[in-house]
Amino acid sequence: MTGAPHSVQPLLSVKNLRVHFPIRGESAWPWTPTRFLKAVDGVSFDLHAGETLGIVGESGCGKSTLARALLNLVPLSDGSVAWHGDEMRGASPQAWQAKRKAVQMIFQDPLASLDPRMTVAQIIGEPLRTHCPELSSAQHNERVLAMMLRVGLTAQQINRYPHEFSGGQCQRIGIARALILKPQVVICDEPVSALDVSIQAQIINLLKELQAEMGLALVFIAHDLAVVKHISQRVMVMYLGRAMEVAHKHALYDTPHHPYTQALLSAIPVPDPRIERGKTLQLLQGDLPSPINQPSGCVFRTRCPKAVAQCAQDIPPLRRVAPQSQSACILD
Amino acid sequence: MHLMEVKQLGVQFQTPDGLVSAVNGISFALDRGKTLGIVGESGSGKSQSVLAIMGLLATNGRATGQVLYQGQDLISMPTQDLNRIRGNRVAMIFQDPMTSLNPYLTVERQMTEVLEFHKGMSRKDARAKALQALDAVKMPEAAKRIMMYPHEFSGGMRQRVMIAMSLLCEPDVLIADEPTTALDVTVQAQILILMRELQRDFGTAIVMITHDLGVVAGLCDEVMVLYGGQVMEQGDAESIFYKPSHPYTAGLLAAVPRLEGGDAPMLAIPGAPPNMARLPAGCPFTERCVMALPQCGTVRPVFAPAAHDAHVLRACHLNIEDVTQNLQRLKAQQGVAA
Repeated sequence: MTGAPHSVQPLLSVKNLRVHFPIRGESAWPWTPTRFLKAVDGVSFDLHAGETLGIVGESGCGKSTLARALLNLVPLSDGSVAWHGDEMRGASPQAWQAKRKAVQMIFQDPLASLDPRMTVAQIIGEPLRTHCPELSSAQHNERVLAMMLRVGLTAQQINRYPHEFSGGQCQRIGIARALILKPQVVICDEPVSALDVSIQAQIINLLKELQAEMGLALVFIAHDLAVVKHISQRVMVMYLGRAMEVAHKHALYDTPHHPYTQALLSAIPVPDPRIERGKTLQLLQGDLPSPINQPSGCVFRTRCPKAVAQCAQDIPPLRRVAPQSQSACILD
Repeated sequence: MHLMEVKQLGVQFQTPDGLVSAVNGISFALDRGKTLGIVGESGSGKSQSVLAIMGLLATNGRATGQVLYQGQDLISMPTQDLNRIRGNRVAMIFQDPMTSLNPYLTVERQMTEVLEFHKGMSRKDARAKALQALDAVKMPEAAKRIMMYPHEFSGGMRQRVMIAMSLLCEPDVLIADEPTTALDVTVQAQILILMRELQRDFGTAIVMITHDLGVVAGLCDEVMVLYGGQVMEQGDAESIFYKPSHPYTAGLLAAVPRLEGGDAPMLAIPGAPPNMARLPAGCPFTERCVMALPQCGTVRPVFAPAAHDAHVLRACHLNIEDVTQNLQRLKAQQGVAA
């Protein structure tokens, strides 16, 4: 793709991915057709080694479902997910098990994603026990301890339980668990949104350091465009299950093409009173439409300040509008 | 006389681990049409201080100090008298619009109840007034939606219901506890503009509690920065944002991810928020403060007007030149543009 150095074969190649959830029990009549909630509706991207792809969008845009679909944590409805060129849609649990050694995930809620009845050593060591059972217990402990120290935990904390840690420290445990297998890709689902500002910066700096050290590729999901800017090379903006704009970071933030990206960027409050009070907002009207009854044509047209009649007819495909930007809008 | 004046407000909780002091002596004065922002991270005591103002502390909590609304002290007031003021003259918007609306009652019933209680209106008049309030917060199809239950609304719409409800009696003071934290940025922008317009139209004084410095920058005239239940710095918004004189304020501002920033690492504040049951004897920020002096951990700094700016009150042993210099040195070390 644009800008990032990459090998020929992408680590991850996603084509036209769809995740539709059937809505059951809506009607008592067996002959009424089942309706579907279209959480992810035709998303495509490639991820190359060492690269960070940021995925941004508001709640309900399908970004978390997309992350889960990449690891087969939700069933795929259509499309293709290829890890290292191997098609994984419909793959056996054994095939997934083998892949997961190289592909790990960090979850949003730092405390809820840790088993409250396991100690830190057990939590961080669990992937090793599953994927590297041949390690002796001394080697195992050595690797757990080294990982703990690397993410900024201390050796004294090894036998503590998750509830004894603050949110930021819990997220460090989650990062250690994800990285202990030395994966190639880590999918981060809102890893910092539950944390305070001062702690957020610690975790983002840590992720960036570890990425440089281990050559990780990251899929970084967040709703905060400013956070994503600090860590990503490329950014995908999602709305109601679709990609609205995919662009190189600088292209996206300097010259946003899609009206939704523009609105998102202008809505972020800047911690500067003179700028914040002087700026003119491109205010979006209303709320996100229901993902069950999606608008026809472009899904964003109901809130788009620039919508024209034609927007209701065709679904605009993602197309290249600048050397480093792709946008799904008929106006550009 | 100020519209509302808070003097040395403190909150203590009786817990199995002993007496925990959540808020220590905060003071502010609020005039009509003005906005005060209370900023702090989780556990800094910002929510507990406003719950104390409204007399809504948990049963093991106790408030000390004075909260004067038009000269009357809300803390020492009997509940019966307080009920005539809260929800009426002093209203509150809570953080989570789902859990603070009654799921069993329609929006219409919840709104008319307020007016029947405080204004003695008939149900019919109250309904008309409630509809007006929903129109004022730009609720589409208000006449139809007023008969709905809270779960039928989206997060942004529920927050509009909360705001409409708090404005029913045209309060003098509106306390907003993280009103936009649960919302998406585009909806947050709508709600903030709405609050600004309502303040302009009704002259309401607002106490805005948030952890988002961007929200404060857009809305507040005065800012109070809390840490560990104590005020670190307090003053007008311009001074706090452009000339932060406390290491915590400066650190917090530097840690906010910015759109215009480069690729340099962000300037984080090391460590984790303090345990309120075991605060150090001195400044609560000592453990995380990169500029801490030997006396910081043992001697509590006096909260006093700053030497450089009469509009700013601060609690720090360092003088402002040292804070600024230290911060610039840190930024240079980490390769962050100053």
